[in-house]
Amino acid sequence: MEIVLALAIGVLTGSGIWLVLRPRTFQLVLGLSLLSYAVNLFIFSIGGLAVDKEPILVEGVRGDLIHYTDPVPQALVLTAIVIGFAMTALLLVVVLASRGMTGTDHVDGADR
Amino acid sequence: MTGLVRAAMPHLVVGPIVVPMAAAAAMLLLGEGRRNIKIAMGMTSALIGLALSCALFAWTDLHGTVAYLPGNWRPPFGIALAVDRLSAAMLVLTWLLGAAGLLFASARWHRAGVHFHSLVQLELMGLSGAFLTADVFNLFVFFEILLAASYGLLLHGSGKTRVRAGVSYVAMNLAGSSLFLIGAAIVYGVTGTLNMAELSARLSAASLANRHLVEMGAAFLLLAFLLKAGAWPINLWLSPAYAAATPPVAAMFAILTKVGVYALIRLWTLMFAGGPLAGFGADVVLAFGVVTTLLASLGMLASQRGAEQASWAVVVSAGTLLCAIGLGGARALGSALFYLVPSTIAASLLFLLADIVQRWRAGATVVDEAPFLNAALEAEDINLDDEGEPLIALPFSGSTALLGLAFLACALLVAGLPPLPTFIGKLGMLSAAVVDAGTHGQPRTWIFVATLLASGVLVLLALMRTGIRIFWSQPQRERPHIRAAEGLSVLGLLAMTVALMVAAGPAIAVANAAARSLYERQSYIEAVLSARVLPMATRPSGSP
Repeated sequence: MEIVLALAIGVLTGSGIWLVLRPRTFQLVLGLSLLSYAVNLFIFSIGGLAVDKEPILVEGVRGDLIHYTDPVPQALVLTAIVIGFAMTALLLVVVLASRGMTGTDHVDGADR
Repeated sequence: MTGLVRAAMPHLVVGPIVVPMAAAAAMLLLGEGRRNIKIAMGMTSALIGLALSCALFAWTDLHGTVAYLPGNWRPPFGIALAVDRLSAAMLVLTWLLGAAGLLFASARWHRAGVHFHSLVQLELMGLSGAFLTADVFNLFVFFEILLAASYGLLLHGSGKTRVRAGVSYVAMNLAGSSLFLIGAAIVYGVTGTLNMAELSARLSAASLANRHLVEMGAAFLLLAFLLKAGAWPINLWLSPAYAAATPPVAAMFAILTKVGVYALIRLWTLMFAGGPLAGFGADVVLAFGVVTTLLASLGMLASQRGAEQASWAVVVSAGTLLCAIGLGGARALGSALFYLVPSTIAASLLFLLADIVQRWRAGATVVDEAPFLNAALEAEDINLDDEGEPLIALPFSGSTALLGLAFLACALLVAGLPPLPTFIGKLGMLSAAVVDAGTHGQPRTWIFVATLLASGVLVLLALMRTGIRIFWSQPQRERPHIRAAEGLSVLGLLAMTVALMVAAGPAIAVANAAARSLYERQSYIEAVLSARVLPMATRPSGSP
């Protein structure tokens, strides 16, 4: 499971960085989205991967990280997902405006 | 007054976040017009925020660090806010620039787009939160709040250049946020905490497991902070974006790079001022600072427009601070903190002056790159101009002299020449570097000294050339039009730098005390970790 997750994060990050370095705004948006997916998965995994562990306290089970998954990364990733979505939407608006005003979808606003 | 502050502590700490949030929400309810009411609300909020920040500053100087637990969870659980001298000083600076920018914008620029006033309040809220928080992830959240507001503010006024600069600005900062998240996640994964005070305590433990992972997480955080601080080579987005922003917005943006510098100072002193990892990354910060300072000074020399020069002045100031942080030591840091305040004000002033000068040089044919700010449109829509321009621009007899003197003062401030306070700050940094040369190492000391002196010369050359071009080489023409609000905000900021010059002694004493307590760390850690939980109101039995 660890290897699959690590590979997924690696592939997402690699493709994200590649796309961010491309000259078209659509590629830029996709690249940043992939990067943020990779980061979200990374945050999620930082608390350790576990199968069949409770995230919420259950009566009669000692409250420590041996019996539960770490809830903090899950809270963090939730925040990060929401913020990432909002920012990507905002970037899309700016990119669309740039396409309309400059007449090109190059990130510099001008084709060379 | 002190009694009032005493009664309101520690709840006062959350004030600079709550006040602008409430103001922004209330302004949104007013819709797009009613700009006069919004100016009044915005200025009221800015003045309340300034008063709160000053009260917090005075309080922390007298009583030390104060922590506040918004969720009433026992630390290190939940999110804590904490204010020490450094945070409080940054708050005062933020609200000062916010008030000046709002006042300047109220003369003209706030009409260039919609929801300007709400965005300014949200920006101030994000900045205040970033300076107050004592939690790494909460710092990220406030970064995002201030960035989201800054995206809106950068695009205020619309137009091709702004949108074009906006694309790279938003993209770079989104990438920076990803780096921040990776760093914060690694740090949490290794240490198991996001509370800055707890983090500091855990990293000080002699036997630290996975120290390389901590260093890797810190390196990611460093990269994110350097990006925010406008360090080379990831600052190429900064100059086009700041120069394209409307002038009052750019004047407020002058503090955005200082958020990166602040976060670096805060986390690096807490994490690496002692313990097994002491001094991590100092050489890297110094190297980035040196290159940033020198290249930004050259950029200033190369730029033709006033706003471009001002945006490089922002980078010069941030780069100089990075140099001092990289050099390390409480003495150099104290002088750097003193330098931070007037140099930020100077960069901000330069943006405002560049606007007035540009309008003056262009004369009646001024073409602002703001589609919603042309005279024909304003005349059509009564709502756009319901105040009937009471703050009409008057070419009074001293206006050329005022503008010239203000520009001269700005040039001296940015270059760091006597008698203005940036000189005192720079001199303090240089003498601290030379005095502590033994501990810093000779090559680092002399690189630092040479960088500061060289950048001073380059900046002076650049601004002298601009000054000659603006004020001397032009043929006779009419006097500049300065509106009352514009003149007031410029004078207010100038007065602050003069006040800092006059009160340099006590101000340096406070800055040095702030730097010392940053290096000692104990007062901050104790204040946060020993913050008391308020007793819960007991429910009557039987109720759910």
